Amino acid sequence: MLELKNIYKTFNAGTVNEKRVLKGLSLSLADGDFATIVGSNGAGKSTMFNAVTGVFYVDSGEIILDGEDITFKKEYFRSKEIGHLFQDPMLGTAPHMTIEENMALAYLRASKGRHGYFSRVSKKDKAMFKEHLRMLDMGLEDRMKQPAGLLSGGQRQALTLIMATMVTPKLLLLDEHTAALDPATAEKVLGLTKNIVAERKITCLMVTHNMHQALTLGNRTLMMDAGNIVFDVSGEERSRLSVEDLLNKFKDNAGKNLDNDRILLSD
Amino acid sequence: MSQIFTVSILQSALELGFIYSLVVLALFISFKILNIADLSTDGCFTLGCAVAASVTISGHPVLALFAAMGAGVLSGFITAFLQTRLGVESILAGIIVNTGLYTVNIAAMGFSANLNLFQCDSIFTMARDFIGESSLVTGGWYKLLLLIVLILVAAVLVTLFLGTRLGLSIRATGDNAAMVKASSINPKFTITVGLCISGSLTALSGGILAQYQKSCDINLGTGMVTIALASLIIGETLIGTGPVAKRVAGVIFGSCLYRFIVAVAIRLNVPAECLKLVSALIVAVAIAFPYIKENARFTKRKYTEMARRKKGGAA
Ligand SMILES: Nc1ncnc2c1ncn2[C@@H]1O[C@H](COP(=O)(O)OP(=O)(O)OP(=O)(O)O)[C@@H](O)[C@H]1O
Ligand SMILES: [Mg+2]
Repeated sequence: MLELKNIYKTFNAGTVNEKRVLKGLSLSLADGDFATIVGSNGAGKSTMFNAVTGVFYVDSGEIILDGEDITFKKEYFRSKEIGHLFQDPMLGTAPHMTIEENMALAYLRASKGRHGYFSRVSKKDKAMFKEHLRMLDMGLEDRMKQPAGLLSGGQRQALTLIMATMVTPKLLLLDEHTAALDPATAEKVLGLTKNIVAERKITCLMVTHNMHQALTLGNRTLMMDAGNIVFDVSGEERSRLSVEDLLNKFKDNAGKNLDNDRILLSD
Repeated sequence: MSQIFTVSILQSALELGFIYSLVVLALFISFKILNIADLSTDGCFTLGCAVAASVTISGHPVLALFAAMGAGVLSGFITAFLQTRLGVESILAGIIVNTGLYTVNIAAMGFSANLNLFQCDSIFTMARDFIGESSLVTGGWYKLLLLIVLILVAAVLVTLFLGTRLGLSIRATGDNAAMVKASSINPKFTITVGLCISGSLTALSGGILAQYQKSCDINLGTGMVTIALASLIIGETLIGTGPVAKRVAGVIFGSCLYRFIVAVAIRLNVPAECLKLVSALIVAVAIAFPYIKENARFTKRKYTEMARRKKGGAA
């Protein structure tokens, strides 16, 4: 589904601030793969996501999504097929637009082909939005006419998740999307993520700093360091790994300890 | 005092209020929705006025208004092009276009500083002829009636548009830039569309005004952006925010109320030269009003609580 081939990216090339972030990164995700990613601070996890969504063009390498070469496609073109959630819940919704308008926008833009510039959502669509919100069990279905800015961080993140997946994307990128939430809310949003991804078989990449989650969620674990994937495990081997094993694997492959200031070793 | 509020004052204040409400609507789109301070308003208003006047003189009053709108779209497009494709700061883009438009406007008026349309057919004379002999015509109410219909159509269209996929995208562009980038909206495109619509409304307003006052002057648009901003803020302060339809209603209400205040000022014999100062004052007061209100409430609470505590302490 997603193929990264030998990706390089250097920021501020040729200046004193030159920063080589991605150094020949390659990755192949099968259809329906749900991979978790852990890595040290500054390993390039967010940068890899940004390369995929097209925040910038990569210096060299190829990005292929569902057989289509998107290396030189514009960001707004790629995001039709890619859902992207950030750590900051404020980034995903328009605060002065109502919950319903936010959902209408997400729905109309993503259901490609069927909706022209002047299409509006119907009563039926609105009922469908309501159904989606009911799933969250946060009471948002009764607040459809309120501005999204009034929601708490967790509620906004849950709404963003619904918006990103309402029309099934080809790829879902989750960048520590529960890290800014309190533990109970984080748990809830995570459970929701699990259900949606499993139910619709969405191909998904999720950055986490929770080692336990990294091993138990999804079907594959990737470890990143210094702009490369240093460890990639799935299947039988993965199910036998403990958090400690994982840390040792990192040390063996990266030649140093996993150094992340937010890392959680247990759940 | 009773003379201040005569029917005819109210009538002409409403007429002007409705005409200018289109500029306020334009500013609502550029300033409130897209969050862009577009300073090409003055020139764009005169542009609409000049183009409509020229076409009206050649005998096509309806076409004149469409021509004005077309010119406004072009003006908005250039402003948008400067900021989205050439990296010009948005305020500067507006100023540049505003400056350039002066020459364009003079040219549109056949290189004269004013035109008069006294002998020409206009949408108002057409409406009068259409209605025929009735009290509407003798009382002059047909103008207001026509304007209400026009502005209502424009307001409904804009409101409906803002609920479409493109309209929602434009609103999101001004509300959360980060989200827009990650949600397959091309902000360059939405900004361009938004400013084109805004430009067309501004120019339409100018065009209608030209036919309404049967003349066009090169300096007609001067200060328009301040006036429109004042109306916008008055409307927002008094009607409040909420659903788009309510905010659009606030725009029209603000514009009419502003005209009414100005009419009263004129009635009170405020000299014509001072009107700009009056306008500026209205703007400042309208903008500061919510802040002053909030401050006053807090100060009051502070003093009552302090007084209560003092009493409690003494006991
Ligand atoms: N636009 C940019 N310009 C310059 N440097 C950048 C830019 N974006 C990222 N970097 C640098 O690239 C490196 C990798 O950043 P990135 O955000 O990808 O790390 P990360 O793996 O997501 O780390 P964390 O776990 O802290 O989120 C960092 O050193 C960062 O400073
Ligand atoms: Mg990161």
